[in-house]
Amino acid sequence: MNSAIACDNLTLGYERHPAVHHLSGSFALGSLTAITGPNGAGKSTLLKGILGLLPPLGGRVLLADGLRQQVSYLPQQTELEPDFPISVWDAVLMGHWRRVGAWKTLSGALQQQAVQALRRVGLQGFERRIVGSLSGGQRQRVLFARLLVEDAPLILLDEPFAAVDQRTVNDLLAIVHDWHAQGRTVLAVLHDLEQIRRHFPQTLYLARRALAWGETGQVLTPELIAHGRVMSESWDEGAPYCLMESS
Amino acid sequence: MGRRGPLLPDGVIVTLYEYVVDPFAQFAFMRRALAACLALALGCGPIGVFLMLRRMSLMGDALSHALLPGVALGFLWAGFSLPAMTIGGFVAGLGVVLLAGTAARFTLLREDASFASFQLISMALGVLIVSTKGSNVNLMHILFGSVLAVDDQSLLVTAAIASLSLLLMAFLYRPLIMDSFDPGYLQRAHGVSAARWQLLFLAVVAMDLVAGFQSMGALMVVGIMMLPAISARFWAREMWSLMAVGMFLAMLAGFLGLLFSFHHRLPSGPAIILTAGVLHIFSLLFGPLGVVRTRFIRRGPHRRG
Repeated sequence: MNSAIACDNLTLGYERHPAVHHLSGSFALGSLTAITGPNGAGKSTLLKGILGLLPPLGGRVLLADGLRQQVSYLPQQTELEPDFPISVWDAVLMGHWRRVGAWKTLSGALQQQAVQALRRVGLQGFERRIVGSLSGGQRQRVLFARLLVEDAPLILLDEPFAAVDQRTVNDLLAIVHDWHAQGRTVLAVLHDLEQIRRHFPQTLYLARRALAWGETGQVLTPELIAHGRVMSESWDEGAPYCLMESS
Repeated sequence: MGRRGPLLPDGVIVTLYEYVVDPFAQFAFMRRALAACLALALGCGPIGVFLMLRRMSLMGDALSHALLPGVALGFLWAGFSLPAMTIGGFVAGLGVVLLAGTAARFTLLREDASFASFQLISMALGVLIVSTKGSNVNLMHILFGSVLAVDDQSLLVTAAIASLSLLLMAFLYRPLIMDSFDPGYLQRAHGVSAARWQLLFLAVVAMDLVAGFQSMGALMVVGIMMLPAISARFWAREMWSLMAVGMFLAMLAGFLGLLFSFHHRLPSGPAIILTAGVLHIFSLLFGPLGVVRTRFIRRGPHRRG
């Protein structure tokens, strides 16, 4: 199977302390993978490394041809500026940046895509509303509509369903399944193991290194979950240097 | 019912005319000052709104101080010549922005801390230059400006810069909004660094501050940029309406401030900014989103949906 993302002995971290430690393996093209593990396991860090926002401390990440420039990424929601007065319509149109840049006008076809995206997330009629006046679940729907507009073959989601009501979760999961059916590669950081079992065929259980990686049914064993719970999450200021050879 | 009389008695109209129109009709320097104020209000309006929404309301303040050494050098080199001071101030402002930005990028300092330190250095340098080489009058002039000394040439410079800054803001509008709403989105989702837009935006801020230097002075010019923009928050919710209200309040403050300054022999810069301040307090209290309407007046029955 062709890989969309290949991690080769990848170490990612901050100030020389690893958050992801010597990770090797790959995400297949068109796969739908959940990334889970204890707090501080390096899940968000791994997404940032794949995006190229964080240069590796060692090893490398390889993206399949043509994927690098077309990655959609949904960060944890805290990074939005809630006060900024932007309408739902404008926020969704941001997804067209790659096609229109700073000055080109939005053609009717491009606008139509945004209309469809809003309908798909169940927000038709909300176009003029200010994003800051929406509820948490509705905001997450706006961000998913923007992802739909971006139309990228590789989609990274960082805790997309945290603090979102069940009905919204179900609607958004349906969109994730659509993406999978369309052959896009999707990675999602998640905590709800039941949700992962039901909706995600592949799982990476991360605790700095990959404790298990593969078919969800074989990854999420009771022993592993018990082991993950007691994993040390400490940041040891005086930790010795890792002598494992790098790449 | 009696015969309907004029809205105001004749005497009041004459007095009003004398107070409001006469100063501009009679004196060319008042007309030029008004034109400069209106141009500044138009140029600064959208910039102030963006600074506020990006939580950079104090940035304009810092940047205006950073311009000082450049203006002072321009002043020493060419006397009280607006082009020389404008170019000097712009170069100094841009220099501080670049230095502070670079330092923040390559050290552990955050942008605001880095900017604060370079701005302070720059301001001290500016005051030193003016005080060793110029008289106290010059220093006062640079710090507080004199809108009533605007001549044709400086009016042209001010209007040209204000127009250019409006054009540049139109040019920057889309990426700036995207970057303000979702900082880092362009970088994450599209691999485009937003740094160049931010830098261009700060250059426009510096440009407008320099444009207002002559008339309002280094310490006052930020007022016409920030106060009306912040007041607009109490009147409007959307981007376009915030900018429109901001521009309108700035123009009103310029107009009324000039009149107060003329009739009561007050320095024009502080008079204009204080007028903007009064408008601000008024907005804060009585604007549709102000204290009184949102806290004290009981609303009618709530809606169904």
